[in-house]
Amino acid sequence: MKLSAQIATRFLKSSLTQTLIIILGIGIGVSVQIFIGSLIQGLQKSLVNTTIGNAAHLTITNDADDGYISDYSAILSDAKASDDRISAATPLLTASSLLEQDGDSQSLLIRGFDLDAAEGIYEFSEYVVDGQLPAANGEVLLGVLARDTFDLSVGETIALITPDKRTVECQISGFFDYKVAQANQSWCITTLKTAQDVFLLDDVANSIELQVGQDVVFESDAVAENVISRLGSSTLVVKEWQSQNEQLLSGLQGQSISSIMIQVFVMISVVLGIASVLAISVMQKSRQIGILKAMGIQNSSSSLIFLIQGLILGIFGAIVGILFGLGLSYAFTTFALKPDGSPVIPLYIDPKFIALSACIAVVACILASLIPARKSSTLNPIDIIRNS
Amino acid sequence: MSTILEMKNINKIYGTTVKTQVLYDINLNFNQGSFNSIIGQSGSGKSTLMNIMGTLDSPTSGEIIVAGKSTSGMKASELARYRNQSIGFVFQFHYLLPEFTALENVLMPYRIGHKTIPKETMDRAKELMALVGLEKVMNNNATQMSGGQQQRTAIARALLNQPKMILADEPTGNLDSLSTETIYDLLRDINERFGTTFIIITHDRRIAEKADRIIEIADGRISLDVTR
Repeated sequence: MKLSAQIATRFLKSSLTQTLIIILGIGIGVSVQIFIGSLIQGLQKSLVNTTIGNAAHLTITNDADDGYISDYSAILSDAKASDDRISAATPLLTASSLLEQDGDSQSLLIRGFDLDAAEGIYEFSEYVVDGQLPAANGEVLLGVLARDTFDLSVGETIALITPDKRTVECQISGFFDYKVAQANQSWCITTLKTAQDVFLLDDVANSIELQVGQDVVFESDAVAENVISRLGSSTLVVKEWQSQNEQLLSGLQGQSISSIMIQVFVMISVVLGIASVLAISVMQKSRQIGILKAMGIQNSSSSLIFLIQGLILGIFGAIVGILFGLGLSYAFTTFALKPDGSPVIPLYIDPKFIALSACIAVVACILASLIPARKSSTLNPIDIIRNS
Repeated sequence: MSTILEMKNINKIYGTTVKTQVLYDINLNFNQGSFNSIIGQSGSGKSTLMNIMGTLDSPTSGEIIVAGKSTSGMKASELARYRNQSIGFVFQFHYLLPEFTALENVLMPYRIGHKTIPKETMDRAKELMALVGLEKVMNNNATQMSGGQQQRTAIARALLNQPKMILADEPTGNLDSLSTETIYDLLRDINERFGTTFIIITHDRRIAEKADRIIEIADGRISLDVTR
């Protein structure tokens, strides 16, 4: 083993240029793998985040007659206790009304939350562009499009017409911009109490929204099952985002598969490259292998020389690849920026993924060296001695 | 004197479609500690004979018996071990490993059979380098030495494992006559000092005549076998 390792390193050192070129080749393969992987993972994370980052992942509704949930606090704490992957939960009372101002009108979706708890899902305070969140009873937060349509300002009083034709007055505490036209136009965010007051309801909600941690968004189905079994009610229904977003999911899956395909083919080409170069190096060193065999080196040791070469090339190639890959990623996130300073391509650098890529490269190099190792093992010294 | 190597009815045929017989019914015995030379024209089959003696090549028919045991039933790993421990090769074209220094080349046969090099072996390697007159250049790379120096390094290497037998194929084939003399004197000296058996192939009659026994090969057959 020690002798094989020494012979392997001497062989590699003796043709240093060739060795460096192979290492560079492996390095580029690994760096492409790391870069593409980080890119796809980053794209997916950003896509998932923009799509469902500020939305409920699980929604509990009541299937009974009026759809109201009166014991929402108990259900909410029960649901939260059922799975520790749940990160936030809020009761919600949603109902439609009409906003009437100076003769114009539009429908407005009143959404009454436990604002402190809902902050964990919707991050309202992040999106308030003017004024503040509703604090007192009767205060509401409107979208920027509604503001522009009706020329509203903070502190102004608006008239809401309920489905039963009553007019209720509310005061604007501020405006939000969710970057989604529909929300900016027709959402009216307020406290649960205000919503209940507007519609003359008791202390009820019509749904409970739950969010799971960012890293477990794809486990929402399992969380939903835990919530269902904990609640054990026949009228309560739990819906989770994955069953509602099949298209998004299949899109993400397609992206993952194409990313894996690219990585697999990059690795295959690297493996073929190394295998052919190492096969040539067996030919180059056949004289040395022949004399070592004449001196009595075992076939296993002579093939070990090339396996060790594969290992060494793999390790150095992986190191070079990681450096290149990180450098490339750094360059992209630093120099390819959008006008607001955020990177065009949101990369996700995952140390585990990088370590995995490096390991795959090393294993691939060892596999690639199997062919030359076999060649070295079967090389007959007499052929070398007779043909010189 | 005990027999170190016995060849019984050795035939060697090359090729499958066009068959060329190189050796015909060779029967030879070599005694422990003897100094033998094999001469013959180029193409007479002497190198093939040596390769078969050294277990590098196998005969088409016939038997090689080393230390009372036939080589025909030995596995590749067993043959490799036998070569490593019992035979020292000196080839015409030196065959040093250019990636290693002269001293490392000399130590190679020991390293093939052992994991570490004890101090005694290292000392012996240095003594052998001194014996072949290369103590000053032993840390040079094999490629940085003259042909004569390389050949002497190859001889030191062949001696390191204290083999019972040294097989040398034209060890002075491409050396000038002065170097040739020096090398033969060296081999003779080693033979006398360590009792090592020598089988030397040469086409140079003057050199062959210095041996105790001269075997002449012509067209794959023994045409002369004289012991002085």
